[in-house]
Amino acid sequence: MRTEALLAAALLTIAACASQRLPAAEEGGGKFGADWDSWRAGTSVSDLASVQRGARNFVSYCRGCHSLKYERWSRLGADLKIPPQLLEKELVPPGAKATDYIQTAMPSADAEAWFGKAPPDLSLMVRARGTDYIYQYLTTFYVDPSRQTGANNLRYPSTAMPHVLSELEGLKRAEFRTVLHHAPGGALTEEQVFDHFEPVAPGRLALTEYDGFVRDTVNFLDYVSEPTQLERRSLGVWVVLFLLVFSWLALLVKREYWKDVH
Amino acid sequence: MTVKTATGAAAPMPKAGAPKKGFRAWLNKRMPVDEFLASQVTEYYAPKNFNVWYYFGSIALVVLVLQLVSGIFLAMFYKPGEATAFDSVQFIMREVDWGWLIRYLHSSGASFFFILVYLHMFRAFLYGSYKAPRELLWLLGMLVYLALMAEAFMGYVLPWGNMSFWGAQVIVNLFGTIPGIGPDLVLWIRGDYGIADATLNRFFSLHVAALPLALIGLVALHLVALHEVGSNNPDGIEIKEKVGADGKPLDGIPFHPYYTVKDFVGIAVFLVLLAITVFFVPTLGGLFLEAPNFEPANPMSTPEHIAPVWYFTPFYAILRAVPDQRMGALLMLIAVMAFLFVPWLDRSPVRSMRYRGWLSRSALAIFAVSFVVLGYLGMQPAEGLYVLLARIFAALYFAFFFLMPLYTWLDPVKPVPERVVYHAH
Repeated sequence: MRTEALLAAALLTIAACASQRLPAAEEGGGKFGADWDSWRAGTSVSDLASVQRGARNFVSYCRGCHSLKYERWSRLGADLKIPPQLLEKELVPPGAKATDYIQTAMPSADAEAWFGKAPPDLSLMVRARGTDYIYQYLTTFYVDPSRQTGANNLRYPSTAMPHVLSELEGLKRAEFRTVLHHAPGGALTEEQVFDHFEPVAPGRLALTEYDGFVRDTVNFLDYVSEPTQLERRSLGVWVVLFLLVFSWLALLVKREYWKDVH
Repeated sequence: MTVKTATGAAAPMPKAGAPKKGFRAWLNKRMPVDEFLASQVTEYYAPKNFNVWYYFGSIALVVLVLQLVSGIFLAMFYKPGEATAFDSVQFIMREVDWGWLIRYLHSSGASFFFILVYLHMFRAFLYGSYKAPRELLWLLGMLVYLALMAEAFMGYVLPWGNMSFWGAQVIVNLFGTIPGIGPDLVLWIRGDYGIADATLNRFFSLHVAALPLALIGLVALHLVALHEVGSNNPDGIEIKEKVGADGKPLDGIPFHPYYTVKDFVGIAVFLVLLAITVFFVPTLGGLFLEAPNFEPANPMSTPEHIAPVWYFTPFYAILRAVPDQRMGALLMLIAVMAFLFVPWLDRSPVRSMRYRGWLSRSALAIFAVSFVVLGYLGMQPAEGLYVLLARIFAALYFAFFFLMPLYTWLDPVKPVPERVVYHAH
C-alpha cells in the first residue's frame, strides 16, 4: 500500500539533479547524465554520520519492501553508536525486538503479485554489485510510460522497482538518439542509445541534497554488507606491524645461525 | 634439543642408544623419537645453497595446517544444505566471534595455497628437481596438486553462492563428455538430476574428511620421498656424491637449525602478505572471493560470465579454446596430466637452468608466460580475440611438454661445477 502511495506521489512530484552531475550540465554545456556509467559513489564507511543518515533513509524509504535479513537491529545500534532508547523509539518497528533481524513489513507473496518478483534482500547487495552500481541505479531512474511502474532505469533496464524516491528526486525524462549500424550483410540496423536526461519536475530535495541522500543510503548498505569491515582494517594495521617486527627478528636469528655456514 | 657451542655451531643431538635418563629414556625405549628427529631434522643434510625459490614448500606446509585448523572451526558453524549453507556462512561472517577472520583466513589461504604450489612447481622446472632420482617425489607432489584441486573445487561450492552453483554445474558436466558412461557418471557424482542438496552434502563430506586425509597422506609421502633422495638445489648437483671424512656431505648443512630458522623467515614474510590480504583486501578485487558469490545460488539466474576461481582459469581457457566440448575437456585433462610425464620427457643431461642452454630457458619462459596469459584469458568472456589468443597460448602450453624431448636433447648445455655455488653472507 505504502509503495502504491509513493508511486502515486511520484507521478505528481517534481525533479532535480544531483550535485555531481550538475557541473557537466551547466558549465561544460554538456548534456546532463550522458556520463552516468562513470558516476562514482565515493562513499566511506568510516564516515559514521553518513552511515547513520543512511540507516535513517533505509528505515524510512527502503525497509517497506527490502529486508536486511542478516543484520539485527541491536547490531546496527551498537555499530552505528545509536543509543538503545533512540534505536527502539525511532528505528525498531512496533512489535519487533531489538535483537530481531531487520525484516520487511511486506509479505513476499504480495510483493510477487505486485512487482512480478519479491524485492531482494539488501544485506549483501553492495558486495554483490558494488557501491557504484547502487549509486548509479538510484540516480538513473527516468519516466517511462511504457513500464507498469511508470519508471525505467539505465543501470538496470526494465527494473521491476518503481522510482520510490521520485518524491525526493523529482522526475526526469531520458532522451535517446538513434544510431545506425551496418550489419555484416549490408543491411542497416537502428539502435536507441541514451543521450541525456531532461528534468520534468523537481522533488522535495535540492539536487545536492538528493545526491547526498543516495550516497548516505549506499554508504549504509556498504556497512551492512560487511559490518566487521572497520574492525577488520583497524586490527589489520596492528597485525601487520607485529608480523613485520616478527619477520625482522626472525631474519636476525637466521643471520646469527648462518654465520658459521661458509 | 640441540646444544649450542661457543662458536654457534649446533652439536648433533645424542643418538638413540646414547645414555639417557628420565622421561626421555623411558620414551625412547618405547618409540624412536630421538632417532626419528635425528634422521629427519638434525642430521638430515640439505644443500647449503638454497635460494628464495626453496621457501615455498615449507610455507605451503604451513598453509596446509592453517587450512586444516581454520576449516575445523568453520565446520563447527557451517551447515551444509541448500537451505542453510549460504545463511550459515553469513552467520559466521557476522555473528560468530572472530568468524570473519577465520573465514577470510580459509578463503585467502586457499588461493595462497595455489600461488605457493605453482611457485614450488616452477622451482622444480627451474632446477630440474623432477629428474632422476626424484621422479617419484615429483609424482607424489603432482598427486598432492590433483588432490588440492579437488579439495579447492569442492570447498568453493560449499558457500553456495551463485558462482559456486554455476561453477559446479560447468565442472561436473565435464564428466558428461566421457563417452558412454558420461551422463550416468554425472548423475552419480551429483546424486540428483541437477546440482542440488545431495551434491552439496557429499561435497562437504569429501571436503572435510576424504580429501584432507588424502592430502595429509600424500604430503607425508612427498616428505618421506624427499628425505630419502635428499633435496635438489639451484645448481642441480648431488651433494651426497661429495662427502667429507666424517661421511657427511661437504655442501650440506643440518636441516635443523639452519633451515628451520631460515624457513621461519620465509613463513614470517608470507604471514605479512597473508595478513595484508585478509585484513585489507580479502576479496582481492573479486579474485579470491567473487562478487556473484555474495548472491545465493540461483538455478534460474546464470551469472553474466561463468568462470572458475583464478587458480583453475589456465585450464578453463584451454577448455574453451576448442569449439567441441568433448575435445576441450580432453585437452584440459591432458593439460593437467602432462606434468606427470615431465621426468621422462626431459632428456637434458643437466638438471639446473643455470647450466642449460637458450633452448630450455626460452621454452620454460614461454611456458610460464603462457600459463599466466591463459589464466587471464580464462577469466574473460570466450569471444573474439580472446578465443584466438587462448588457442595460440594453449598451443604454446602443449608445445612445452610435447617438444620437451626434442629441445632438451638439442639444447647446448654448459659444464656443471663439482661443488655447489655458495656465497657466504
